[in-house]
Formats: sequence, C-alpha cells, structure tokens
Amino acid sequence: MRLKGFVKKETLQIIRDPSSIAIAFVLPIILLLIFGYGVSLDAKRIPIAVVVEKPGPETNQFIAGFRRSEYFIPKHMRTIQEAMKAMKKAQVNGVVWLRENFAREYHRKDSPPISLLVNGVDANTAKIIEGYVQGVWLNWLEQHGLQNGIHLKIPVQVGYRIWYNPEVRSRNYLVPGIIAVIMTLIGALLTALVIAREWERGTMEAMLVTPITAREIILGKIIPYFILGMGGFMLSFLVSIFLFNVPMRGSFLLLLGSSSLFLLASLGMGLLISTLAKSQFVAAQVSIVVTFLPAFILSGFIFEISSMPWPIQAITHLIPARYYVSILQSAFLAGDIWKIFIPNAVALILMTIFFIGIIHKKTRKRLD
Amino acid sequence: MSREDAAITFDGVSKAFQTGRLHVQALDDINICVKPGIVTGLIGPDGAGKTTLMRLCAGLLVPETGKIQVLGMDTVKDPLDIQSSIGYMPQRFGLYEDLTVMENMNLYADLQGVPGPKRPARYGELLNMAGLAPFTRRLAGRLSGGMKQKLGLVCTLVQPPRLLLLDEPTVGVDPVSRRELWNIVYRLVRKEHMTVLLSTAYLDEAERCDEVILLHRGRVLGHAPPSFFSEKVRGRCYYVQSSSMRKRPLQEALSSREGILDALILGRGVRIITNTPTLPDPLLPDTKNAIQVKAVEPRFEDSFIALLKDRALLESSGVKGLSMDRRADPENSGDVIVVRDLVRKFGDFYAVKGISFSVKQGEVFGLLGANGAGKTTTFRMLCGLLPITDGHLEVAGMDLRRAATAARARIGYMAQRFSLYESLTVLQNLVFFSSVYGLKKRRKKRRIEWALSAFELEKYRDVDSKTLPLGYKQRLALSAALLHEPDILFLDEPTSGVDPLARREFWARINALAESGVTVLVTTHFMEEAEYCDRLVIMAQGEVLAAGTPEEMKARFATPENPDPSLEDAFIGLLEAQESRGTA
Repeated sequence: MRLKGFVKKETLQIIRDPSSIAIAFVLPIILLLIFGYGVSLDAKRIPIAVVVEKPGPETNQFIAGFRRSEYFIPKHMRTIQEAMKAMKKAQVNGVVWLRENFAREYHRKDSPPISLLVNGVDANTAKIIEGYVQGVWLNWLEQHGLQNGIHLKIPVQVGYRIWYNPEVRSRNYLVPGIIAVIMTLIGALLTALVIAREWERGTMEAMLVTPITAREIILGKIIPYFILGMGGFMLSFLVSIFLFNVPMRGSFLLLLGSSSLFLLASLGMGLLISTLAKSQFVAAQVSIVVTFLPAFILSGFIFEISSMPWPIQAITHLIPARYYVSILQSAFLAGDIWKIFIPNAVALILMTIFFIGIIHKKTRKRLD
Repeated sequence: MSREDAAITFDGVSKAFQTGRLHVQALDDINICVKPGIVTGLIGPDGAGKTTLMRLCAGLLVPETGKIQVLGMDTVKDPLDIQSSIGYMPQRFGLYEDLTVMENMNLYADLQGVPGPKRPARYGELLNMAGLAPFTRRLAGRLSGGMKQKLGLVCTLVQPPRLLLLDEPTVGVDPVSRRELWNIVYRLVRKEHMTVLLSTAYLDEAERCDEVILLHRGRVLGHAPPSFFSEKVRGRCYYVQSSSMRKRPLQEALSSREGILDALILGRGVRIITNTPTLPDPLLPDTKNAIQVKAVEPRFEDSFIALLKDRALLESSGVKGLSMDRRADPENSGDVIVVRDLVRKFGDFYAVKGISFSVKQGEVFGLLGANGAGKTTTFRMLCGLLPITDGHLEVAGMDLRRAATAARARIGYMAQRFSLYESLTVLQNLVFFSSVYGLKKRRKKRRIEWALSAFELEKYRDVDSKTLPLGYKQRLALSAALLHEPDILFLDEPTSGVDPLARREFWARINALAESGVTVLVTTHFMEEAEYCDRLVIMAQGEVLAAGTPEEMKARFATPENPDPSLEDAFIGLLEAQESRGTA
C-alpha cells in the first residue's frame, strides 16, 4: 500500500508538471528532429573553386569529373587571386588550380600540374575534398590514357562494398545514437531533478518520517520514471523507423531488453546524483556534466571511440551510454550480432547492479 | 514522574554540525523528559537548536553522544517503529503543491497504512476541524498560507499518532489561522490523548502550552509550566506612562536607568522589568516630567528576558547614540510619503487593490499583515523596484515614475534576509555598499568608520559575513542601508528570525534614528513589533483594513469582557469583520 501510494503520487506529479513532460517527450522530439534533419556529417555539395588558366579539351574533361559529382559544386574563376579571395571569405572550401601549362606538363610527366588548396578548418570536409580530388584525378588519368591507347597499369584494384549502411547516410547511425542521449536525459537528469526538488521543498523530510522504508522510496522513484523512459524510447524508436526510415535489422525484443537495462543504469546514476546534490541547480549541473555530455561525446555516438587517445578510451568504459550505443547501432544497422550484444549487455547489467547497489547502501532515512 | 512513562527522554544528548570550517554546536548536553498527554512547547530564538532537537526525536538525525527514547523506543535502533507511531510536520509542512488536498491526504494515508474503510470518517472529521472540507479538490499550491499549514497538520494526523511533533507550525501565519491551529492541537490532545511537542520562536505562544522547554544556544534554560517562569518576575513588571514625555525618549531614559533590566515600548507607554521587586526611586533623575507607574502582570517574555539577562548571557551593552551627521530639515515636517489609490496587478491577480496612506517625517510607520497580504508588493513599489499599475505615489516629494533615481538616492532599503554578500567580510560589504551609493573618498571613509563603531561591528570587521551571528548580520545590513544618510528608511520584515534580545536592540536603534528625523517605514508580521510604530496600517488581501495609531486600533475592539485588547485581538477582529463582509 505504501509503495502504491508513493508511485501514484509520483505519477500525478509527472502528469501535472509541464517540465517532466517537456523533458520526457518534447525534448526527445526536438533532439530527434535536429539530428535527423539538421545535423549531417556527410560532406555533400561542397562549394569549390576551379581555376583553369588555359582551357582546353584536357582540362574540360578533368573539370567534368567534378561537375558530375554530387559532392562538389564547382565554381569557375578566372584567376587564382579571385579564388583565394573567395576562400578567405569562406565562399568555397577548396581551390583546384589547373595552371596554364596543364596540358604541356602532363605530357612531359614533369612537375605536378594540379594545385589543390583546401580549407583545413573543418578537418572532416578537408579530408573528403582531398580524397575525392585524388579520385577524380586518377579516374581522369585512366580515362585519358585509354583514349590515347595507353593502358595504365594499376597493380591493385580496389573493389568497394559498403556494408550495413550502403547509402552512407549519417542519419542512419546518428538517429539510433540519439536514443541513448534521450534515455540518459529522462533516466538521469529528470530523476535527479525531481528528487532534488523534494529536498528543496522539504517534502522529502516529511516522507522520511513516515513508515515508508528506504527501499520503497527508491522503488517508488524508479518505477514511474522507468515507465516514462520506456515511453520516450518507444517514441524515439517509432520516429526513427517511420520518419527517418532508419533500417531495423535486429530483433525488437533484444533492443527493448537492452534499452530497459540502460534505462535502469541511467536511473541509478540519477538517483545517485540526487543523494549527493540536494538542490535542483546542483543536480542539473552534475547530471549534465556526468551523464548527458559523456553520452554525447564519449559514447561513440558522434565521435569514434577507437580514434580517441588511449586515456580517453579508458574513460569511455565508465560510460554506460557507450555500451548502449554499440548495441543500438548494431541492432538497427547490422542485426543481432551476439558477439556485440552479449559483452555490452553484460557491462550494462554490471553497471546497473553497481549503481543500484550503492544507492541501496547509501539511502538511509536520515538527514546526516 | 518516572522516566519510563515519559513520551520523550533525552539523556546527555549533544549534536554538532560541520559546515566548511565552521563548527556549530547545535545541542549541548540536553537532558529532558517530556510528559505524555500534554502540549509541550519548545521555545527559543532562531539557531537555538529547536529543529535539530525535533529531527533527533523523529530519528532523522543521530545524536553524537547520549541516548534518546521516544515512546519507549530508541531513535537510533528502531527509527522505523518510531516513525510508524508519530506524526511529524517539518517547517515547510511537506505538502505536495501539485497534488490536491484529497490526493495529499490519500498519500499520507497510504504511507501510514490507514485501511480504506476507516478513511471517510477520519477525513471528514479532520477536514471539518481544519475548515478544509470545501476545498478537497483544490491543489495544495493554490491554498492560502494558513490553509496550507492546516493541511500539513491534517496530513500528519490521518493515522492518529501517539506523539505529534510540530516544527514551528505557526511561523508566518496570520493570527486567525494561528489561533485555529492551536484549537485543533488542543482538541486532539483532549480527545485522542495525544502528546504534542511544538517548537516556536514566538514567545507569546509559550503561555498556550502546558509545559515549556526554554532552549537557548543549544542548552536548556528551563523546563516547567509557563506560569512558573512568569512567577519568577512577579512584582518586577511595571507600566510607565508620562503625559509630558513622548514614548521614545521615555523608553530611552528608562532603559539607561540603573536597576531597570528591560524597557519596552507598549502602546502609549513603556513596560519595564526591574532588577529587584522594589522600584528604583526616583524612577527618572529629573522630576520635571510627571510619570504614572502601575504594577502589571508578568508575561512569559518578561521572564525570558530576565532569565537571559540574569544569567549574563548578554554581551551587548545597549545602544550607543546613533547621531547621524545629517542636515537638519525641521521646516519640512509634512508628508514624506504619499500613497493614493495605489494598485498593482500581476496578470489578473490584484496584489494591491487601491490603497491610500501618508507618512510624516520622523515617523515610524508600520505595514502589518500576514504573508500574502500585499505588504512586500507595496514596499517594492515605494522603493521604485516595481512599477505601479495605477494610482499616485510620492516619495520625498518626488513622483517615482519620473524621478525614480533621484528619489532612490534619498532612501535606504533593508530587504528581507538582509541581502548581504556572504562571502565578503564585514568591511568589504561596507566598502561595496558605500561605492554602490556613490560615496567618495573622505565621506566614504568617515561613513564606514561610523558604521563600524555605531553598530559595534569593529571586532567583526574582517570576519566573513556568512559566519556572523544573525543579530550581527542584521546590524550590518542596517548599517549598510544607512551609509548614504538617507531621509527615509525602508525595512522589510527586518526582525524575522532574530531572537527577542536582538530585536529589542534593533528597535532601540530604529527609535534613535526616528528621533533624529529619519522617516522609517517597516513591514512586519510580529504584532508586538507594531507597538513600536507611531502609526500603522493593517493589510489583508491587498486592502487596508484599518489605519491609525496602535491605541486607536486597540480601542476599537475593547469590550466589557476584554477591556484592554492586544493588537493581535484587534487584528483578528478586523480580519473577521472583513470575512463576514465578504460572505454577506
């Protein structure tokens, strides 16, 4: 009866409090829309300046390679000065400069006939431009050689096949990844806030002096926010599949199971924060720094963990979102891969046990 | 009484807190024994250790030394058993503001394990007693302060507890709700043989308790029926009036007289406590002023002050002259503050509904009312902190809408909770506030020195203001508000939370200021404090219920049964009159 009463009260509060609804439903939708529509890590339609000092059939052919590509929007410029100016104004991200001696030098196989200037501020785009220009260049060499009856001998041929995300759409891994962030938000931030609010308003003190046990208080907080969090998960899942057409290759049940595990771990973190932080301000700060930001940065959702320096990589092992993001990405894009699922799920189980265990030990019905 | 029968026993209990480098000994070797079936009042100023003692009883804190038994159970060993048989209302009454009255009651009934069939009868009884029956579906957050307090009490009572712990249940509540709260408590004690331990900082509430535990700085000064305390000062309390002397100079003269322990302004005269039952003769050194003296019944507060002063627990020696080196302006003794039909709306809600009053120079003027009466809103408009919705407002001869900055340079403002920078030292606070007021060089130096000496802050000058005793914080805040020698001083709930002694000292300073021509406007919900005012208005729900001198107000409610009503009686009378007008 005590637990039921407590859960009922918590549910009524969630329904009446616009900020819980905002964090549980409105914020996830906004995040999903931003990451689904707004953020794209694919470099496409990059403006690039092309300076051809002396047009000829060779150069036209070369330039056509850029024009056909969906990655570039070439802009013709007369002089290199003009192109540099455009680069400085950030109107273009790169300059391809074919000097007047392009045709002649190329025949002589002498000094490099193409200059490529790349704006390196955005390292990601810079790399793409560099690689692509090289590709166009090789392609052109090959074509040109064939036309002239020379078969260019490339000793190794690369055959591409992109697995799991053949269209190379960043949305396909960003949207599943954001689910981890959303669940962290509901699990850790929201619970930490609502408990801190009870301390601030003095209601916690009144609760402590009733026959309710510490365990019932913990359960009474976990149950309603678990349900709310799973609601957030379902919402995000449906939006991913039906709005953003993210493929779902694994089994839904496994995903559901691992999501509830992750949610429990997040709730554990939220409860733990709230036993330490007794004002809403501190609780919000701590949970953003300790749970929300790591879920964003260190979970492998945006930034690849294997390319981080080893100390940072070591830290990521402490972030529950890391394990969940691996499961999410493989479940959506690859299917049920037990080798990925099992170790990550075990890690989540251990973390959940760890957090809930500490809370159980720490939560006493006392003020000192 | 044997200790086995007691509801609560403390045996050598001490408790200290460590916040940063600050070590606070909240309770020091407490030995008490609370009798069952009666109301015991735990009385003491803020910081005396009342809340700590309450929390120890409820098993929320663990004593450092000593042993506590509640209803025969040990608070450290069986806190859960204790919590199943007591009701506890913390200071902020533990209501969920986003739940309705009924939902709050259901929650506590679930937690206390009240079986469903028993609920309707118990609920009905409690709701009727608290006058909450018509509001069961209203959100607790939408209730008035007094109603919230009563709901908080009702929630702790859904399962009839054997022991009821109430931590400052009457703080900030209007006198009517306060009286109702006491009625509920007494009805329960009689009907359900409940034991009640109730803490309060209002000394006048002591007389309503069966027994009183007097707590001061973590120590028990006494534990006895309230009359026992008053008996100690019987024959030492007198009321002095003079036809030729105004009350403030009379009080000043009396309080500096040898043999007089305490002198307090009350109504038109001064109430004094003497050191011995014999009155010093002559009472005043100069005999040209005619005075009348009559013996009066001792009150609990008299004994509290006497007890503290007898034990020499007071280190302060009274107030030095507060001569402000200000330009005298005797000609202009007209109205300094004029308020006509002042209105302030917040959305659809009228916080202030067209009030009018005026204040003369050198007057101490009070705005009296419960929380939510519109005092603070009025105040903020007077200080130019809040724009007015409608009406006319004139401060120091200036229209605030046009000359807010110029008017502000002539007023001093001391906010509730003092608004000091707690991480700065006393001196740094003074330097900061003097720069804010635009004081420069010599004048700045002179005014800071004045503040340090006139308010006896010299020994604390390099102490962080966070660690100052509350009374000293109040002094610092007052001195900061006076740095630029304002003509008008605004004090918003200046004495809430400070002990009665600090409150006396504070008023001695205010009186001295008023004598030197400063106009003082003060808000308060302490009825006794209103006695210090020359004139006052009583506010409720944004309206002025009455205006006049304290004597005029009291005279309106004098009846044959109650020929000498207190200001609180007058206040309650006014509120009831307004309510009957509202329902008619």
